[in-house]
Amino acid sequence: MKTTSVMIVGVGGQGSLLASKLLGRLLMDEGYDVKVSEVHGMSQRGGSVVTYVRFGEKVYSPIVTDGEADFIISFEKLEAARYARYLAADGRIIVNTQQIDPMPVIIGAAEYPVDVLDELTAKGVQVEALDALSLAQQAGSAKAVNIVLMGRAAKYFGIPYERWIAAIENTVAPKFVEMNKVAFDLGYNA
Amino acid sequence: MKKLMIGNQAVAAGLYDGGLGVVSSYPGTPSTEITEFLSKYEDIHSEWAPNEKVACEVAFGASLAGARSACAMKHVGLNVAADPLFTLSYTGVNGGMVICVADDPAMHSSQNEQDSRHYAIAAKVPMLEPADSAEAYAFAKAAFALSEQFDTPVLLRMCTRIAHSQSVVELGEHQPAVLKDYAKDPAKYIMMPGNAIKRHPVVEARTEALREYAENCPYNTVEYHSDEIGIITSGCSYLYVKEALGDTASILKIGMPNPLPVNIIKDFAAKVKKLYVIEELDPIIETHVRALGIDVVGKELFSLLGEFSQQTIAAAFGLADKPCVTADSPIPNRPPMMCAGCPHRGMFYTLAKNKITVHGDIGCYTLGAVPPLNALDSTLCMGASISGLHGFNAARGAEAEGKSVAVIGDSTFMHSGMTGLVNVAYNATNSTVIILDNSITGMTGHQQNPTTGYNIKGDPAAKVDLEALCKALGINRVRVVDPYDLKACETSVKEELAVAEPSVIISRRPCVLLKSVKALPTLKVEADKCKSCKRCMGLGCPAISMKDGKAVIDNTLCVGCGVCKQLCAFDAIV
Repeated sequence: MKTTSVMIVGVGGQGSLLASKLLGRLLMDEGYDVKVSEVHGMSQRGGSVVTYVRFGEKVYSPIVTDGEADFIISFEKLEAARYARYLAADGRIIVNTQQIDPMPVIIGAAEYPVDVLDELTAKGVQVEALDALSLAQQAGSAKAVNIVLMGRAAKYFGIPYERWIAAIENTVAPKFVEMNKVAFDLGYNA
Repeated sequence: MKKLMIGNQAVAAGLYDGGLGVVSSYPGTPSTEITEFLSKYEDIHSEWAPNEKVACEVAFGASLAGARSACAMKHVGLNVAADPLFTLSYTGVNGGMVICVADDPAMHSSQNEQDSRHYAIAAKVPMLEPADSAEAYAFAKAAFALSEQFDTPVLLRMCTRIAHSQSVVELGEHQPAVLKDYAKDPAKYIMMPGNAIKRHPVVEARTEALREYAENCPYNTVEYHSDEIGIITSGCSYLYVKEALGDTASILKIGMPNPLPVNIIKDFAAKVKKLYVIEELDPIIETHVRALGIDVVGKELFSLLGEFSQQTIAAAFGLADKPCVTADSPIPNRPPMMCAGCPHRGMFYTLAKNKITVHGDIGCYTLGAVPPLNALDSTLCMGASISGLHGFNAARGAEAEGKSVAVIGDSTFMHSGMTGLVNVAYNATNSTVIILDNSITGMTGHQQNPTTGYNIKGDPAAKVDLEALCKALGINRVRVVDPYDLKACETSVKEELAVAEPSVIISRRPCVLLKSVKALPTLKVEADKCKSCKRCMGLGCPAISMKDGKAVIDNTLCVGCGVCKQLCAFDAIV
């Protein structure tokens, strides 16, 4: 079987490590060989962060390169565009429509390309955009953007709904489980 | 039981299951989690040492006492620990000793991309290099027996992609820690010339024995798939080769990069038409292969720089690129930056505003170098801010002394800043040193250190009194400021630069990301009062931006530090 490649991208501090932990654990429990490549240290401080999740019968490389990603799950609009070149020809981008200005934009040294998702769509890229921040706030915390997006992506992985919920229960700290289940459902049904 | 683990967790589990008794380390990306995971085991001694040299010497002492011991560090940390390493090669060990060193090709979080394999060769000690978490577990566990069998410390080389990638590990049996007997043995452990001179031939004989071992080492493995192409590779490069070429090439995977085998390589080379060496960073394996008189393709095709990937390998072998789409709009960079409310910002703003020459150091505060603050002039290595400032002032005299400072974090000051400060006092330059005391080791993810009052397990511990310490080192002028108070920052910097004696300013406020720090009420901009002067934008705070010509504050990021409010001449920030 072909190895499936997923990229989880966003801004340092948005919770991509929890999302990759959840996905990695779930895929291993489903019997796949799994590799997850994380980012720690300097780049976490508000920088662009990328996590790779790859699964299949036997996975060698922990990273994803140009034209390989079956899914890009992006916590922020600009980051989806930054990593678009990693997307496979039939790949899919699932993106939170939130805009977080990077420092070069804040200080006026660069412009934020606000219509960049439309640009990708016009080039034939499958882009699913949703306001995950509002849904997360509806669930009870802006920090749940990661789980909202996982909920939205879940239907493409061929893993039953109940297994995702069990993975949340196994991964998230007990006091946040209920809130994250609500967040997952909001993404799942979005 | 199968578990998904990052490589560093697997190393920790392997060391523990291999009978580890004592671990001492200094944090450093990408090695930190090895010791963090080890600290969760209650039946071993774990600690954060003030620096890697101390950590390595603690591991030596524990080994001497008969325990299996370890230390972990990043690649540049091994520079600090190189002094004990080279002579540990002569003394050998009592209990097995493993030095874990994590390289950082592509410099995700480092100041250089040196290749630690040079140390194994130079110090004449064996090195193991895993390619995934399962191997990290197995190699770490087996390293103790190797260490004891050959009476040598063993280097375990990790790199960022192995250290921070999760893969599946099947844990084996736990071997409880055993304390071997300790017996005084001056000829082996007192390395004065008369003894050391007798140990050197022992080291050379050991290297020969290890070379023999390398020929049968279970970590050097051969996969024959092709008579045409043969590839010698190791670590994560092996993974990329397998990903890109599958079973179309024969592969010799090196799990022990020092010492390298001879016969295995000759046999392998003889069985393929064209031989390649694929290794990240320096041509260590390639040089060895060439020295055997074997023709090989290496660094002319595979870069000395950065990381490889399956794409690098595919391209080198002429495989077609996968089609990909890019946006036409330019995509602005998103560099890392100091957090909203970071206590370093107020001090850096003050230094930049007064056009001070700033000698920087290693930590979150290296981010003071990025726009719009652009506050740093140099960053070299741990501790170099203070000694560098002293040298700068010694060269340029009073003119420099009046407008140059060093900035260094609390943990870095403990690591190797103290000795530089002793030198400032002893050799008398009128240097001004600012200790950015945020009460934690920040960049590596919040580790305790001797100034925080807590140990690795979070239990109360002896706490260094920085003010008293600086005075004891010979600095008479020591003052403390709150970096959220811009006026106090400016006054203290100007006064200390003006006086004709060395001084220390302790800029003290805990890291805003610490759980113990309570956020203050968030601030907002009253749009009608904002005159669009952009003075607040000069702080480089990620929470402040301009929208429709007016400053706005993102209340999901703002922690109410109030530094911007002090800057606003129109009282628009409330």
